Amino acid sequence: MKDMMIRGADIIVRSLIAEQAEVIFGYPGGAIMPVYDALYDYHEQLKHVLTRHEQGAIHAAQGYARVSGKVGVCLATSGPGATNLITGLADAQIDSTPLVCITGQVAAHLLGTDAFQETDVVGISMPATKWNIQVRRVEDIAPAIAKGFFIARSGRPGPVLIDITKNAQTDFGEFNYVPCLGFRSFKTHVAVEPTKIQQAAELINSAERPYLLFGQGVVLGKAESELKSFLEKTGIPAASTLLGSGALSQDHPNYVGKLGMHGNYAPNLLTNQCDVLIAAGMRFDDRVTGDLKRYAKQAKIIHLELDPAEVNKNVKVDVAVMGDCRESLSMLMDAVEGKKHNSWMARFRELEQAEKEAVVLPDITPTKVGLTMGEVIHQVNQCKADDAVLVTDVGQHQMIAWRYFNYKKPRTQVTSGGLGTMGFALPAALGAQLHDYSRQVICVVGDGGIQMTIQELGAIMQTKAPVKIVLLNNNYLGMVRQWQQMFFDKRYSFTELDNPDFVKIAEAYNIKSQKVTDRVDLREAIEDMFIHDGPFFLEVVVEKEDNVFPMIATGCSVEEVRLS
Amino acid sequence: MKRYTIFVITENFIGILNRITIIFTRRGINIDALTASESRISGIHRITIEVTANEDTVIQLVNQIEKIIDVIKAFYHEDEGVVYQEIALYKIPVSRLDAGLEKIIRQHNAKIIAAEPEFVVLELTGHKEQTQELLEILKGYGLSEFARSGRVAVAKRMLTIESFIK
Repeated sequence: MKDMMIRGADIIVRSLIAEQAEVIFGYPGGAIMPVYDALYDYHEQLKHVLTRHEQGAIHAAQGYARVSGKVGVCLATSGPGATNLITGLADAQIDSTPLVCITGQVAAHLLGTDAFQETDVVGISMPATKWNIQVRRVEDIAPAIAKGFFIARSGRPGPVLIDITKNAQTDFGEFNYVPCLGFRSFKTHVAVEPTKIQQAAELINSAERPYLLFGQGVVLGKAESELKSFLEKTGIPAASTLLGSGALSQDHPNYVGKLGMHGNYAPNLLTNQCDVLIAAGMRFDDRVTGDLKRYAKQAKIIHLELDPAEVNKNVKVDVAVMGDCRESLSMLMDAVEGKKHNSWMARFRELEQAEKEAVVLPDITPTKVGLTMGEVIHQVNQCKADDAVLVTDVGQHQMIAWRYFNYKKPRTQVTSGGLGTMGFALPAALGAQLHDYSRQVICVVGDGGIQMTIQELGAIMQTKAPVKIVLLNNNYLGMVRQWQQMFFDKRYSFTELDNPDFVKIAEAYNIKSQKVTDRVDLREAIEDMFIHDGPFFLEVVVEKEDNVFPMIATGCSVEEVRLS
Repeated sequence: MKRYTIFVITENFIGILNRITIIFTRRGINIDALTASESRISGIHRITIEVTANEDTVIQLVNQIEKIIDVIKAFYHEDEGVVYQEIALYKIPVSRLDAGLEKIIRQHNAKIIAAEPEFVVLELTGHKEQTQELLEILKGYGLSEFARSGRVAVAKRMLTIESFIK
């Protein structure tokens, strides 16, 4: 009997292997040391990546989860190790990213005594997790991990935190892993109601100017082909949210562009001209809707949504079709009539042309001396592989990269959408790359954001992850500066940066690097970056005071989208 | 703004009450009263929350509560949809007991549930308006301590916990 007993720490590692975890990210420390000791024995079955900060570990796990569709896993110690995960948890929570984070905790008998590196991480992380639990006994470890993985990946995905006391890690227990397949308080599947499908189909069939918005729910529900078939049958124009990008190829004839504050002109403007609005797997974020009082008031609204708490939260809808959009889209497909909406579609193309002339061409083929962010991304986009993953940070470069990158495949877009976490990109790109070394992973980042997690160049160096880092350097916290220019009388309060020599930093990490300041050198540098076998750091010095347009200013309606 | 009773049927796990209350605090909504106790089924708890808000907000709250992994079911009712009671205890010095007070106790259907050498404890079960009315009167009788529970309530609608855990 004693032979079958193993340490709690081994149970943790073997449970992760049982859940098919392949790569995990973490940082050791006192209260998690037994687990790190166990990892030493299992390093062939489970690859661990040492980041340089726990925030880096969790963002890497997020990047891994977003491209792979699997549950991202990270490890941290108690106290500061655990609190450093909070930003990543909040980010994963708002962007529905499945994660299991395991934190070490002081021994059970020390709980509540302000022991060294003790913090109430279960309390602190409660609003930022889908579920969390503290495990104090060895026999509770495997069931908690099984339940955690099930919760993280089921229904609307999200982050789970499992806090395990040190005594549970060092005590011996039996290992008999039973995967969790469900429990009574957690309904993961909602059957789509046929009457709702019928009501939605009636609205769609009688619509003259129907319009579909798709979000990340389509990707999470693996409903990309259902969406495509539905659009092809109905002839409905479709626009993407930030996180929905990639769910439908941008080359598809029904694709009309991107939504939101810095999305495209037509998709925003025409939201207030459609007669039926279909929202598939998106949650009417304020960055998409602008002023809710003037949002699509003329339209009947159909919402295809898995999470009941999202229905009628921001926008009151006429028909709420609850359930997985893979099911609802395919049921809708059978219930709707085949149609074309040529003149309505032509409206989108007309406005697209207006945006092209007013914004796109000046951005990507500028006549001014300084390089624009738009032309850099445009060139990157032309040189990239078809299935390249684009990881972005937060700010102007994020919006520009999103605008000028041509998404063709699902899970090629990784960015911090809901939380807007600066510092996300570099570690997330590391995580995305570690899922597949052979895939092209491009990390576009600004000079502000990169300095929040620049230490992860160390993890990139150590793993030799061939991430292509493109730093758009304008020596400003550009998005804040743009707002200061537009809404705060150009009072540039603490947004200008005295930056280090980034290329020297990259070189110090033994990462091949190049700095471009002139247009003539840009193309070749980008080509060199993609040809290079290994990580590459490309710094491009861009115009200091470029702005991102189109733009819907805060408090404005979608129809007040500005081209300049 | 109206008074609503929110019922939460939940697994009896550590931290569940905290998860529920942060949904209110995050939106800046005050909980008027809250009671929690084991239901008639072992391992399942029943939480009754009284809140004053508009119905849209209450729907949001209930949806968010029901989204908590360990919550089995959450729903809400207006006052007309529930049968509810609150219990109040009043501590009065023995020296103030007189015929007038005895009459008040009888009129309000209150009970003396403890008599100590120094004080007596009165109990009244009813709606807040009733316990409040007695409170105001007893302030004139040297009331030295007062405690009132949150409401306990049952819905008029015929639904059972079993139907939620199927």
